[in-house]
Amino acid sequence: MTTTMTPAPPSAAPGQSPQLRTRKLPVVASLGIAVAAVVLAAALVYGAGIGGTALVVALAVVFYLVGLFAASNAVEGRRQARNRTWSALIHSAFVLALLPLASVTWTLVSKGIERLDGDFFGSSMNNIGARDPNGGAYHAIVGTLEQVGVATLITVPLGIACAIYIVEYGRGRFAFTIRFFVDVMTGIPSIVAGLFVLAFWILIVSPYFNDGRPGYSGFAASLALSVLMLPTIVRSTEEMLRLVPAPLREGSYALGIPKWKTILRIVLPTALPGIVTGVMLAVARAAGETAPVLLVAGGGAAINFNPFENNQSSLALFVYQQAGDASRYAPARAWAAALTLVALVLVLTIAAKLLARRNRFSR
Amino acid sequence: MAKRIDATSVTAYYGGFKAIEDINLTVEPKTVTALIGPSGCGKSTFLRTINRMHEVLPAARVEGKLTIDDQNIYERDVDVTAVRRMIGMVFQRPNPFPTMSIFDNVVAGLRLNGVRKKSVLEDAAERALKSANLWDEVKDRLGKPGAGLSGGQQQRLCIARTIAVEPQVVLMDEPCSALDPISTLAIEDLMFKLKDRYTIIIVTHNMQQAARVSDRTAFFSIEQTGDPGRLIEYDDTQKIFSNPSVKKTEDYITGRFG
Repeated sequence: MTTTMTPAPPSAAPGQSPQLRTRKLPVVASLGIAVAAVVLAAALVYGAGIGGTALVVALAVVFYLVGLFAASNAVEGRRQARNRTWSALIHSAFVLALLPLASVTWTLVSKGIERLDGDFFGSSMNNIGARDPNGGAYHAIVGTLEQVGVATLITVPLGIACAIYIVEYGRGRFAFTIRFFVDVMTGIPSIVAGLFVLAFWILIVSPYFNDGRPGYSGFAASLALSVLMLPTIVRSTEEMLRLVPAPLREGSYALGIPKWKTILRIVLPTALPGIVTGVMLAVARAAGETAPVLLVAGGGAAINFNPFENNQSSLALFVYQQAGDASRYAPARAWAAALTLVALVLVLTIAAKLLARRNRFSR
Repeated sequence: MAKRIDATSVTAYYGGFKAIEDINLTVEPKTVTALIGPSGCGKSTFLRTINRMHEVLPAARVEGKLTIDDQNIYERDVDVTAVRRMIGMVFQRPNPFPTMSIFDNVVAGLRLNGVRKKSVLEDAAERALKSANLWDEVKDRLGKPGAGLSGGQQQRLCIARTIAVEPQVVLMDEPCSALDPISTLAIEDLMFKLKDRYTIIIVTHNMQQAARVSDRTAFFSIEQTGDPGRLIEYDDTQKIFSNPSVKKTEDYITGRFG
């Protein structure tokens, strides 16, 4: 009995307590290795004349990792050396992943700020010629808000209902088939969604509402965006509903609360923050889509508040058009519109998250 | 108000697996009945057949007859939600609704079953929390989240939630297994109090608890893993713990097996 209670530590001799203190690299050592790595990389790259700053940084990281491993291995032993090297690798991976984001943000802000004025938000591109420096994206902002708004109104109830069916009601082969096709839908290229709406809505359905002639409209763009948003919302909502613990549902059933009310009042509120995140991902994707809008909304330079009639533009489409425009004032407008688009999505996301948290525990 | 429960050859399945077989047992009104037995012997499964919670799991089904005051709850035309309103249940782990305040948790059963009037809800909440010995601890923070309470308080909150809908029977599935001794004592005291008004059936792994709180004790067991659980002995708690008539029961309560 007593022998099994006190197993001897493998590293220590019987009766001797194990060594707890080990040799450690000094804190300044990793800093020293980093400086040495940068100096070495710079000397190598500029000495041989084979590249610029980017290569110096890349080489310095490699040298740092190798140097750190060697130093740590010599002083602290193999296990510590591996630990340090992997930590350093993971930190560099994080920085590497963050670099594009920082770069995009910087480029957008630095180039977009130039035309970010009242005129840009207050006017459209109507009657703006190639030699006019002003002109704005008012019509495009209106278009984006309306198209994405209508698409959200269509997809959120449909997507959440579909997810509820899959998680709470669907059994067997039919639910499996629906899940499979939702997955397939996730992979639909946006241009295909646009072509589908063009062929189905614009050419076949819209003539009935438009005196027999097919017509572009913002609503058609909403339909195309809905095709793209639906699978994202269904899948993310489905995952969130699955995360709601079964004891919560059972607790509700045990109170004699019917299933539909349990889903509506217990399950959905519990999953709400996650569902909102999923919806916002879909909204962000839809707001940035160009191809379907290009095909079915028709673009246009004038302000049109009615999404059901006549051409409408959108911010993404505006960026596309201005970026390809020959006017020397167009690139600045494209950058400002791109910045506006990102800011708009960011604001919407923050607002939605705040809304999902509001009054959670009020009586 | 409390009801008599009568099980006649109740058999329950999980898909193709038979979990309990041929359970016959009668529970008198206003008593505490303890279900004891080794793990996997079907005590919880039997408990869940009493308020038709067993069938919530996919492919689970029940055969046999279970009457509450001579009304078979497994008839085709029985409304499941009405059964569950009459027979409340407290679970092993406290499961307050995380998006709701303490107050909302207590009145969830009433509110989601259509009671709207604020004064009614407030009265019911106060009464239920007082019955659950929780009122003094939470009366100043009814608007705070229910998930912010301690484990023992959460479990009493769940009991308050259960009795707020005024059931006639309260089922408890190891209600103290996640709690410390002091919270356990609070809940056992509560059971003595609730006995005046409700029929209580409790599943427990704690033999002392069964001996302390119950009037009658049912001992379940299985022959070996994979076999269905059966009711071995059902008698007054006093008799089961002092002089059981079946050898297996004696072996179990003296710790020789299980």
